[in-house]
Amino acid sequence: MAQRPITLNERPIVAREAYGLAAGFMLASAAHLLRLPLWLGALISVVVFWRLYLAHRNLTSPGKWLLGLVAFAAAGGILIEYRTLLGRDAGVALLVVMLALKLLETRTLRDGILLGFLGFFLLVTNFLFSQTITTALYMLGCAWLLIVVLIGMQFTGTWPGWRQPARRAALLLVQALPLMLVLFLLFPRIQGPLWGLPQDSHAGLSGLSDNMSPGSLNSLILSDAVAFRAEFRGRIPEASALYWRGPVLWDYDGRTWTAPRFVFNATDLPAGEPVVEYTVTVEPHNKRWLFALEMPMQRPPRAVATRDMQLLSTTPVRSRMRYNMTSQLQATYGADDSENVLNRALQLPQGFNPRALKHAQQLRQKYRDNRQLIDAVLNDFRNENFVYTLSPPLLGEHAVDEFLFDTRRGFCEHYASAFTVLMRAAGIPARVVTGYQGGQVNPVSDYILIRQADAHAWTEVWIAGTGWIRVDPTAAVSPARVERGIASALPRSDELPMFVRGDFELLQRMRLTWDSVTYTWNQWVLGYNPERQRQFLANLGFSDATWQKLAVLLFVFAGLAVLTGALFAFRDLRGARNDIVRAAYDRFCRKLARGGLPRHPSEGPLVYARRASQWKPEAAPAIETITQRYVTLRYGTGASEQDARELERSVSRFAV
Amino acid sequence: MTRIINKVNKLMHTSINAITDQINSIILGKNRQIRLAVACLLARGHLLIEDVPGVGKTTLAHAIATCLGLKFQRIQFTSDLLPADILGVSVYNRDSGRFEFHPGPVFTNVVLADEVNRATPRAQSALLEAMEENQVTTEGETRPLPQPFFVIATQNPSHQIGTFPLPESQLDRFLMRLELGYPDAQAERALLNGSDRRALLAGLKPHIGPDDLAQMQREVQEVHASPALLDYLQALLNHTRQSPEFAHGLSPRAGLALLQGARAWAYMDGRKMVLPEDLQAVMPAVVAHRLAAAGSNSSNASGAQLAEQLLQQVAIP
Repeated sequence: MAQRPITLNERPIVAREAYGLAAGFMLASAAHLLRLPLWLGALISVVVFWRLYLAHRNLTSPGKWLLGLVAFAAAGGILIEYRTLLGRDAGVALLVVMLALKLLETRTLRDGILLGFLGFFLLVTNFLFSQTITTALYMLGCAWLLIVVLIGMQFTGTWPGWRQPARRAALLLVQALPLMLVLFLLFPRIQGPLWGLPQDSHAGLSGLSDNMSPGSLNSLILSDAVAFRAEFRGRIPEASALYWRGPVLWDYDGRTWTAPRFVFNATDLPAGEPVVEYTVTVEPHNKRWLFALEMPMQRPPRAVATRDMQLLSTTPVRSRMRYNMTSQLQATYGADDSENVLNRALQLPQGFNPRALKHAQQLRQKYRDNRQLIDAVLNDFRNENFVYTLSPPLLGEHAVDEFLFDTRRGFCEHYASAFTVLMRAAGIPARVVTGYQGGQVNPVSDYILIRQADAHAWTEVWIAGTGWIRVDPTAAVSPARVERGIASALPRSDELPMFVRGDFELLQRMRLTWDSVTYTWNQWVLGYNPERQRQFLANLGFSDATWQKLAVLLFVFAGLAVLTGALFAFRDLRGARNDIVRAAYDRFCRKLARGGLPRHPSEGPLVYARRASQWKPEAAPAIETITQRYVTLRYGTGASEQDARELERSVSRFAV
Repeated sequence: MTRIINKVNKLMHTSINAITDQINSIILGKNRQIRLAVACLLARGHLLIEDVPGVGKTTLAHAIATCLGLKFQRIQFTSDLLPADILGVSVYNRDSGRFEFHPGPVFTNVVLADEVNRATPRAQSALLEAMEENQVTTEGETRPLPQPFFVIATQNPSHQIGTFPLPESQLDRFLMRLELGYPDAQAERALLNGSDRRALLAGLKPHIGPDDLAQMQREVQEVHASPALLDYLQALLNHTRQSPEFAHGLSPRAGLALLQGARAWAYMDGRKMVLPEDLQAVMPAVVAHRLAAAGSNSSNASGAQLAEQLLQQVAIP
């Protein structure tokens, strides 16, 4: 009567399982599909719908040669599209297509289970593109669905409906939680991002660059992407003091300001009492600048400070970076800068902006004192009908001239550029500093959020005896820009990203709350690097943990976590008390089995007790007591916890 | 293992033992079958005894009725038996000028339906309706049967000539089916040496009255079946429904019958809770006539063998 059980290879996939696999695959590749070229998305959709149709009609998969042909053609298409089969984008595209074809090919249960597991691999590739909390939640959902599908394929008897596997999968995920936490916290960390990303993943990062031409900041200001976040210890300084220093631009060719190609020597940073202490978490921008409030008093790790007070990381910032900073808001520096350096800050291109140069000469004759001259220019900006706007008219060859004398409409880059040109023409060493100004205080968790929209440009002039001091001509034109941010400084008609303007109170609040969640996620999940791990372990009482120690800890805690999960699962099967009773009786049976009298699985307790008593008459009273207690507890009524403990005790005492 | 906690009513327990002992003295060497038959009665089920003629089927039924102090009627089923012969007829009474109902032999406590498979399906169903409903409807009038009401049907093995085997749906209405079988050598010798069975039967005294029996039946209902035991019962039922060896699974009615039988068995053992052993003890008697092996060749396992397999294959959870 005994039949040979059918193997996984013989058991065909039924329609329900095919639907489940298709759903799991579609969900796991959904985020990729949005990134893939259109023709690939279409091909994948066709393949998936073909599979659904086959399942619906109960037809078999197409022949191997056809699948092979499609696979070959798809690989060729990807090669043409990306010019490679390697790397992040092409590799993922290839994986998605091949899995779709595997789905089409899936005939037997073995294929189905394999595909289910490959789905997890596909899922993980999502992390190559995004590591936000939304992605993590989406992937958790996908993982759950894949587990549901995998469990669904294990049923042999009557199909109980999807609800049961769905519940079981959720339970499995919950049970895996302790293990996940242990692995996350204790697995030895490597320096660098969580995922070693391929080179092509850094395209499209935006941020300040090493040059500034009319309109270049403009595009940045229209982006509400996060540039960095800063958390202060103590009070947050006033908005008008928040000048986050970035690239310093020296050289002007009549249109574009650029940073010098050579690297300035490292320099001493201002010393003295720190005024503000804070932690900056900078988003990847693929450049080397690290931002700090003017003037920084310390170097972030693996970074240098140049003579013109730029903080440069030794490698481009390609992953989120976190560093502690201290700054002195009033510090001046560079009073002893050499003739060479100052000369460079006086260069102007030949043949540009004659009117500005003339105007500067006039001012020079009028004001002997440098400070007076600066004030006069600022006063002009303030009083002469200059307008701060993001949509200035286009400027021609003599940009500064046209701006100063004709259009008089512009934003920070225009003002900084014009002011610096005037200064240099008047013989005062000056340079353009770009960076960010201000930022939005997130009341939810008390940090400052600096967006690309906060990008700003200002000027530094050199005064003999004092050194370099900051002059922000924009502040003269539009004090609101510096005091209350860009949104309040611009006329209504000017276009701004929705979230930069504070119009939608509720949306703004939600946005800030979400940003604070993201910040926490970045700090504690993505930013959990070797230092943080060391910190965490030190808090636990394991100082200077080597990776060997870590491995031991990992195994111990992982074991504990698995044990907890197992216990949880075991408790879940039966009521807690019944469990003790059963466990005690099982122990009793094991003792007898070790003695040579195993209980047949279908043997009742009384029958077994009789057999055991005949086999070992001297143990008969103990056997009878245990059996009676067990039977009453498990099959009777009115038994108490006390009885259960007595059963446990008598089983413990029992020896064969 | 007699010192089990949760003892049942001691008096009742003693009388049951006395009853089974007494029946044992008449039908020799059939202790297990006798206990099962009494359990069947206590569980308020009906009993089918299937065996060749002359092994003591009638004697057993008679002895049970007598010992329990119940009224006993015997109906010999023949191929010309009519429903009215079982249920009763209305006869015109000249004096009162009305039809008067003359109850048939079914109006009693214990009915022995002898050789039930010799009658036509029409007559069989008349009895089976009465068994199911505990009442009789003739000529538009419904009359309740006396309580307790217990049918012991005997049946010749169906391969004998001239029989109408009971269909499966009818078999399902019997809580248990027993096979008495031939006595062993020792019992047979005692039988041959002993006095006439009929004389012994006549000398039997009732041990309890109908009220006592009703109370026992109530107490059987109260025997505790724990979740753990129900798990085991359901595991057994599911196995018959999922394993390919069985033509069809056990019905929910079979599950109820098993539980009832096991309760009665536990009660007779003097316990107030059902143990897996109780289920196992009544299992073959309760399910053998409800199970059939898959496939149609005659070499298949019998119901009893299947029941035995079932017990072997399902672990006690």
